[in-house]
Amino acid sequence: MIAHYGYKDGSGDFFISIDTDKCTQCSDKPCLEACPEKIIELFTDDYDDEVVGIKASERNKIKYTCLTCKSTFGAGHAACIEACLLEAIEHSW
Amino acid sequence: MITAGVDVGNMFTKALLQEGGRVLSYAILASGLDRKRAARETFRQALIKAGVTEDDVCNVFSTGAGQDEVDFAAGTVTDITAAARGTLKIFPMARIVADVGAEGAKVLKTDDDGRVLGFTINEKCAAGTGSFLETMGRALGVQLEELGPLSLEAERAVTINAQCAVFAESEVVSLIHAKVPREVIARSIHEAMAGRVSSMVRRVGLQKKLALIGGVARNKGFAAALEKDLDAKLLIDDEKPEFLCALGAALLAAERDAGQLP
Amino acid sequence: MTEKNEFWRWEESRWKNPDLDWENAEVITLGVDVGSVSSQAVILCDGELFAYSNMRTGYDSSESALNAASWALEGTGLTLDDIHFKVGTGYGRVNVTFADRNITEIACHARGGNLMYGPTVRTILDMGGQDCKVIRCDERGKVVSFLMNDKCAAGTGRGIEVFTDLLGVPIGEVGQRSLRVEMEPEPVSSTCVVFAKSEAIGLLHAGWSTEKVLAAYCLATANRVVSLLERVGMVKDFAITGGIAKNVGVVSRIEKILGVSALEPKYDTQIAGAMGAALFAKALAEKKAKTG
Ligand code: SF4
Ligand code: SF4
Repeated sequence: MIAHYGYKDGSGDFFISIDTDKCTQCSDKPCLEACPEKIIELFTDDYDDEVVGIKASERNKIKYTCLTCKSTFGAGHAACIEACLLEAIEHSW
Repeated sequence: MITAGVDVGNMFTKALLQEGGRVLSYAILASGLDRKRAARETFRQALIKAGVTEDDVCNVFSTGAGQDEVDFAAGTVTDITAAARGTLKIFPMARIVADVGAEGAKVLKTDDDGRVLGFTINEKCAAGTGSFLETMGRALGVQLEELGPLSLEAERAVTINAQCAVFAESEVVSLIHAKVPREVIARSIHEAMAGRVSSMVRRVGLQKKLALIGGVARNKGFAAALEKDLDAKLLIDDEKPEFLCALGAALLAAERDAGQLP
Repeated sequence: MTEKNEFWRWEESRWKNPDLDWENAEVITLGVDVGSVSSQAVILCDGELFAYSNMRTGYDSSESALNAASWALEGTGLTLDDIHFKVGTGYGRVNVTFADRNITEIACHARGGNLMYGPTVRTILDMGGQDCKVIRCDERGKVVSFLMNDKCAAGTGRGIEVFTDLLGVPIGEVGQRSLRVEMEPEPVSSTCVVFAKSEAIGLLHAGWSTEKVLAAYCLATANRVVSLLERVGMVKDFAITGGIAKNVGVVSRIEKILGVSALEPKYDTQIAGAMGAALFAKALAEKKAKTG
């Protein structure tokens, strides 16, 4: 499943998309550790798959929370994107 | 040499007259639908207050969202440039200027010579602008002017989770139903709003020499919440915080007229 | 706060299947969807729709969950104890205290949409009171991709409510009246509901009719949800659920922009989530029976 976490408001689109089918094949889940803000979490989804997602309390703030990380590493090279070897994570901004 | 700056915002139009760096007068009116008229009328009122006539004014510059509507202006400047120029006139040590108005907020950073190094603007989402406070005040049944003082009475705040002005309004209504004291809600509202503006400040780079301008700078509750969030003392022109863009435009009009600028 | 005219109020509803007798059923399941604005309960007998209720969510979500369930059960002779498995879903799903399990509204919508619109449905747009979801699913109603926007009131029921209040038009009439314009106006340009409202006040002052303002706002809402649909990718067949699915002004404009018509709903468009929850409950009840 492609899960789009984030939001669109008057100021733009801010989504982190995660291909959870890839998560199920990934044993280490390095993104969890890589995220400097610790906003990625591991959970069991409705179909009993072990996947990662953005914490519910954080989804509507990622434009701000991810700011430092994205500006440090460059937009396309945020820590989570770089950490995932299966290329399961994409950002819309 | 007298020059004028006219700042046509989405909600309010402001005009200011200055002479040699000294502010002579200023006036403010709602922009309304006919912004051309609002600009003319605000300018006229500023002239009356200063006791001068249009002929005494050498040059007029306009700025703001409706800067092109000012048909009697000789030139225009962006609101970023105007905000930087006007604020640094009052607070030469300021390096960050946060301008929070009714329908927009912007934060800019300047170098030691007053040049703008970077800025960020929000005029698309009401959360983080004066409209947010106005909407919340309405939900709470408190006049906008009373909201700030009320919030200062509270000793604690609760978190407002909604990141949207419309949803935050429902949250405020639930807080009222949950019998949370009004002053606590008022403080929570200001803290939520301060959080939005402080993340804009952090985006351009936090510095201790920070000035807050724009209509919302009059709100002591908001200023206190922002100071707390940023852990910095704010520079605020209590007399005319919403006129600093107009002041900047007037100063730039004088400089350009004097040939200091191309 | 004065409770003046409540133009945003929509009709609560309930329904019972006259052709079904629960006493002949093997598995009776319940799904309860507690949204921020409305709550629904669906009772299935062996996977067939037996009864449902659709009502406003109050300030207390647990109470609203119970109220919705009780209203669906009312007059059927059934009680909560007769139900074999209960699933809670929706924004307030943790408050469905009597549920045996909670499942996200995304999974429930896909599952419910699959039954309500048939297995050909691939994209479900759910326009709720305080959120907007786009869900792509497979022929069994399993989620393939989703997006949920609950950060911003634009494109949600709340946005429309603000306009019903401003214009004094009952929510049920918004769609029809927005279509009574000779020429489609430009959409309201501000995305933000707060700014869109000030813009609308300006348009009214400039002499626009109520209908024209409604048209401009319904079009803005349609544009907005279409942009969300495009992020996920629209695949046919297409269905719209949730409260705004009842607003022809928004639905017809979405169809026009996409060039696709939405499947005709067979039931109340607001019960998709609860329906899915009840279907999950059925599967879980059967699993429980097997494993003992
Ligand atoms: S962009 Fe950085 S902060 Fe944001 S989720 Fe990815 S790793 Fe975490
Ligand atoms: S989040 Fe709320 S305040 Fe911001 S643009 Fe959307 S409707 Fe406006």
